[in-house]
Amino acid sequence: MSVLVDSSTRLLVQGITGREAANFTRECLDYGTWLVAGVTPGKGGAEVYGVPVFDTVAQAVRKTNINASLISVPPLLVLDAVLEALASDLELIVIITERVPRRDVAILLAAAETAGCRVIGPNSLGLITPAVCKVGSIGGPARDVGRAYTPGRVGVASRSGGMTTELASMLSARGIGQSTCISVGGDPLLGTTLLDAYRLFDADPETDVVVTFSEPGGDQEIELAEELEAMGVRTPVVGVVAGRFVDEMPGTRFGHAGTMVQAGGLSTEEKVRRLQTAGVHVVRRLSDLPGEVARRLDTATEAA
Amino acid sequence: MRLYEWEAKALLAERGVTVPDGSLVTSAEGARQAAATLGGDVVVKAQVLRGGRLKAGLIRFASDPSSAGREAASLLDDRGGAEAITSVLVERKLELESERFLGVLYDLRRRSPVFVWSAAGGIDVEQDTGSDDVVSLHFDADRPVPAHELRKSLVQAGVTGAALRGVAQVAQAITDLLLLEDATLVEVNPLAQLADGRWIALDAHVELDSDALARHPELVSRFGLDARGDGDRVPTDAEQTAKAIDGLDHRGVAGRLIEFDGDIALVMGGGGASLTVFDAIRDAGGSPANYCEVGGNPSVAKVAAFTTLLLGELGARRLAVIMNVVSNTRADLIARGVVQGCVDAGRDPRTTIAVFRVPGAWEHESRELLADYGIEALGREIGIDEASQAAVTTR
Repeated sequence: MSVLVDSSTRLLVQGITGREAANFTRECLDYGTWLVAGVTPGKGGAEVYGVPVFDTVAQAVRKTNINASLISVPPLLVLDAVLEALASDLELIVIITERVPRRDVAILLAAAETAGCRVIGPNSLGLITPAVCKVGSIGGPARDVGRAYTPGRVGVASRSGGMTTELASMLSARGIGQSTCISVGGDPLLGTTLLDAYRLFDADPETDVVVTFSEPGGDQEIELAEELEAMGVRTPVVGVVAGRFVDEMPGTRFGHAGTMVQAGGLSTEEKVRRLQTAGVHVVRRLSDLPGEVARRLDTATEAA
Repeated sequence: MRLYEWEAKALLAERGVTVPDGSLVTSAEGARQAAATLGGDVVVKAQVLRGGRLKAGLIRFASDPSSAGREAASLLDDRGGAEAITSVLVERKLELESERFLGVLYDLRRRSPVFVWSAAGGIDVEQDTGSDDVVSLHFDADRPVPAHELRKSLVQAGVTGAALRGVAQVAQAITDLLLLEDATLVEVNPLAQLADGRWIALDAHVELDSDALARHPELVSRFGLDARGDGDRVPTDAEQTAKAIDGLDHRGVAGRLIEFDGDIALVMGGGGASLTVFDAIRDAGGSPANYCEVGGNPSVAKVAAFTTLLLGELGARRLAVIMNVVSNTRADLIARGVVQGCVDAGRDPRTTIAVFRVPGAWEHESRELLADYGIEALGREIGIDEASQAAVTTR
């Protein structure tokens, strides 16, 4: 099984006529993703690799059976694109665009929450259920995707888009497949955090181990650690925490209010310690990852 | 993007917040004249993009114009810090009754902007976490906060009487500033009460959202924000050159250079992989000359100019090119770029490029290209940390 995207995902691409969007549209089609429609205002009636383009999301909904949208429009147009998608009751929105203003993200996430719609991103490379459905440029062209991502029982949630593919490639080389791999996005404010991704994987009976990739900044790791401490670790987590050197860099201090409200500015070592205390298996060397995941899979199989 | 204190205060003053009388000057003579105009005791404050100025000795006190001039001269001559001081703010020194803290920022966990008020202000406020005197109010990002919501929150925090309206006005100003000018952080610390009961912002810290500057061209031109880096650090010459190189064209990113004093130049990417490589190089006992992030699909010219900068201006001995399994970055264009960059810097690619590990898209073409120069490209079977180890041990 998988989380968020599978063979029932019927995808819309907002901004489909853009250069990058047209590129990954072809990649997704080649991979077998059910990509049924695109929207670019003013380009209605056109086609991108055989996919019909509409002027509005409402038109696309009337003419096709879409249930998810991938948004790749310029940063200042993202908020409007999300509100347009929400008006059509889509279940999943994946935002590829980076550099979306913080205020716009706060507004669109609040609107999505009210509408009961899941948001991945912004600044996500997409997500993939190997051999079934790829949403976004994650993994690149279909033939390259097949070299890195293979079907299996490990869920991956990564704050780095590029490292999502590296992690999957390392696991696949060891014969360990993945259920779903999610690039949660590189921004501070996200629709789906590492904890949200963990909850999804934990509820999936066919995900046995979760891999997380962390970077400096923000609060996601502490949020995850607090949840694991409170609820106990159900599905084991193997974590990679990059950027230990940043601890020694001056000038990355958070403001006072940040310290008070969100426990910001925690060092990488502190994050590692909190995750370990909560029961996450943090690997020190990246190359130790496949072995650690294999051990957790063995334990999970024995317990079952 | 952090603003200087005087810029932050100007924005607050325009929204009705009282700030001390004062002027921004760039010379000792200017400071002397400013102090003479103000009369009495003054404060001379260095304008730098970082906090903790009082403890760092960057805020001085003077009781007459000539000592104000001397303090300004010593601050403007200060070359001890990473950041040159080019201006100082000379303000009237005030008699204060009490000090408070208030701020607005985004609560990442709640995904919402939040207003924070603390009855304890001053320079040690960050140690007061968990204090009962701290209250917070989350508010919607899509409209200005209604004044009555701010008042309700302040009343809950014990702000009553004459103070309520004064503090609420400042609260309104900073929440409006956050939403309408696309700030990501606004702090007034301390907010002080004068003997006559008025509230006044003694210091202010504003961070603007660099991703929203396109919506605020007037702020960009007024404060010259184009040339300013993100964060508290002032970019070095090489870092500014790197920024210019990244702006050569709009294809991909070859930048975010941060200078270090090691001998191994790094071309790496994207964000997560760069962090991983940098850690791995240091774990292997190596000393990086730089941090950077190369992502998307940068042009050959961009990668070449960036490489030349690392080998030339930064004087690195060897070059390690290490990326994660790439999807839309073309490995062959990266290969051509770094080879060209070596040649342009007058270096032999074969002896300079210690490691090249860019598996993924166009990997085969990159392998052939590098073989012509006697360089063996590493594949995905060599991990990022193994490639980093090789970069440190290769002679």
